[in-house]
Amino acid sequence: MSLWFPMLKTDWKTIRQPELAKVPFVFSTSEKNRLIISACNSVARSSGLHIGMRLADAKAILPDLCVQQDSEDRELKLLKAIGEWCIRYTPLVSLDLPDGLIFDCTGCTHLWGGEENYIREIKTRFKSKGYTVRAAIADTIGTAWAMARFSKNTVIEANSQKLAMSNLPPSALRLDDVTLEKLRKLGFRTIHSFSAIPNSNLRRRFGDLLLLRLMQAYGEIEENFRPLDVPEPYQERLAALEPIRTRVGIEIAIRELLNMMCNRLVGEGKGIRNALLKTFRIDGKQQAVDIGTNQATCNVDHLFKLFEQKIETIRPALGIELFVLEVTLIGEADTSQKSLWTGKTGLADNGVLELLDKLAGKIGSKAIKRYLPQERYWPERSIKQTNDLKEIPQTYWSTDALRPTQLLSKPEVILVTAPIPDYPPMNFRYKDDLHIVKRADGPERIEREWWLDKGEHRDYYIVEDQHGKRYWLYRSGHYGADQTQWFLHGFFA
Amino acid sequence: METKQDIINRLRKEILAKQGFKPDLASTSHIKGLSEIEAAFPNGVFPTGMIHEMLFHEGEEAAACSGFLGALLSSLTVPESIILWISVGRNLFPPSIKIFGIEPHQIVFVDATQEKQVLWALEEGLKCQGITAVVAELRELSFSQSKRLQLAIEESHVTGFVLRTDATKLSTTTCVSRWQISALPSETNDGMPGVGFPKWNVELLRVRNGQPGKWEVGWHGNQFQIAQEEAKKAINYEKLGRLRA
Repeated sequence: MSLWFPMLKTDWKTIRQPELAKVPFVFSTSEKNRLIISACNSVARSSGLHIGMRLADAKAILPDLCVQQDSEDRELKLLKAIGEWCIRYTPLVSLDLPDGLIFDCTGCTHLWGGEENYIREIKTRFKSKGYTVRAAIADTIGTAWAMARFSKNTVIEANSQKLAMSNLPPSALRLDDVTLEKLRKLGFRTIHSFSAIPNSNLRRRFGDLLLLRLMQAYGEIEENFRPLDVPEPYQERLAALEPIRTRVGIEIAIRELLNMMCNRLVGEGKGIRNALLKTFRIDGKQQAVDIGTNQATCNVDHLFKLFEQKIETIRPALGIELFVLEVTLIGEADTSQKSLWTGKTGLADNGVLELLDKLAGKIGSKAIKRYLPQERYWPERSIKQTNDLKEIPQTYWSTDALRPTQLLSKPEVILVTAPIPDYPPMNFRYKDDLHIVKRADGPERIEREWWLDKGEHRDYYIVEDQHGKRYWLYRSGHYGADQTQWFLHGFFA
Repeated sequence: METKQDIINRLRKEILAKQGFKPDLASTSHIKGLSEIEAAFPNGVFPTGMIHEMLFHEGEEAAACSGFLGALLSSLTVPESIILWISVGRNLFPPSIKIFGIEPHQIVFVDATQEKQVLWALEEGLKCQGITAVVAELRELSFSQSKRLQLAIEESHVTGFVLRTDATKLSTTTCVSRWQISALPSETNDGMPGVGFPKWNVELLRVRNGQPGKWEVGWHGNQFQIAQEEAKKAINYEKLGRLRA
């Protein structure tokens, strides 16, 4: 079904400012350095104004014209809002810019007692709100579009698109201006007049678009339909007879939903990666909790445990009347032979993955970290954090230069006595203790990655003090320079 | 005819088995170069599937402890195994562990925000059979908490290391041993200058059914090396212990 709002923007404004209903009123927008009309209401229209007209010309016709500045995506916002409201008539609503909506009303009309009643209901609803609307139902998007705009017929019988379209002008085919002009020059005033011409001739003269539109209108080619709100394909609903208020009740509901979902997924060889549980309370409030796993799984017990950690956050208040479980991310699951799972070690083991899911659920997925080597010298950047548990290093962990076991996240300033340039310090003070350097290695100069940050290079020394403790020190910049400073960056084992 | 000593030995083994020390059939020594320390444990084998406690001071001492622990872990793991490292405010720098024989990406770090979470994660980790070892940095561990952990590993036989960051809060626990590691001046070959192989003073403060002791242990590239004279002392110590028993 196609829905057409001939005066979408002005209707919308008039609803908010009822005094505009009686006066000529237009929206203007600037195009190529001149102001033109982008929308006009019925009063203005009856005085001969139309869309695309220059504002200056319009003002000459109607000096007391009421003009408002148009914003760029106003119709998109309006249509989106209206489309979302229209979900009550069908789950599949699609935008048809700039001034229409398309419904996929298959299987919906009988709820309103037939197609005529369906259209009547929608029209009266919009009329009562203040929108002028025209609608038509047909087998194809193209025909419905044409009927809504160019015909008084609202319901086209199945398989009679050709007949219905035959007397309409070519502009009912959603064509561009150039093609329409060509058709007009050649005297094709109705679709009927050229629909009998062989396809090859039509294509040669008018291009592919005309043929495409014709075939789309006749239903010979499928036309894509992009719904506004894509329904989750993996969704299970559980309505409660009595509102549920207890933890036990919620647990039963979750288990039931997971059973239903996993039964279905097992059959398809898929598993849950992310799932969302929505609870609808009788006071109209909605709550949601989500879980995530490291590996697609259909293990009900495991999934239930993940939800169990979060049940506390659900506030049932007066009671929950509907539970909806949506799988927001799905993955291929290895559902073969459960008994073999326990034999593997490390991250191949399901037990480990389940444990990590559990930890992530409780502490937060950001708390779980793994590090991979990076081929960079700057110590803080030589490792890369990864959340993917399956990721393997692309390069080797370098052992060319020793790195401290404990690395301070922020190097600490120390006072040193250094005898001569490029020699390690003789002693240093750290936390009020004097450390006398007995052995030392270095310097190892590490240059800053200048394309990332500015600053001095670092000259690192490994030193051992009189107690046998080993430290990683560095001098920032060259010896003797004004801003030379020494830092302690880590401790060696 | 069984002698009295045989009977005592047999009974002792049974008791040990009931306490969770399984006589290891495959090998007598797990850890390269550390057999002297292993001798301090019952059956003369480093007990895996148990919880060990290590004193873990902040800063300099932490480095020595985590280095020794890394080297210890490397001898317990195989390339695919996973180690869980749970802590609050961790300073461990993963690439450094490589020289002790562990691939740093084998370690999964859990950076908790509260001490309570560490304890919870530790218990969950110890219950999981697929994990080789769990390391947790904890300030406090009460007797009942350690009992809970003990129950968790009895099923799974995961090895646990609890790094106690607050030495003033020590109390009796069910842990099999308590270690203290401090740094010693490093060793170089033939008196070469510079900083050499790391060396630690490894103290076993307490061992359940075993003999505490003190060793000087170095890490030479891929294996432990116990300083000779110290090793001798340790053996004597052990003999003394046996006589006492």
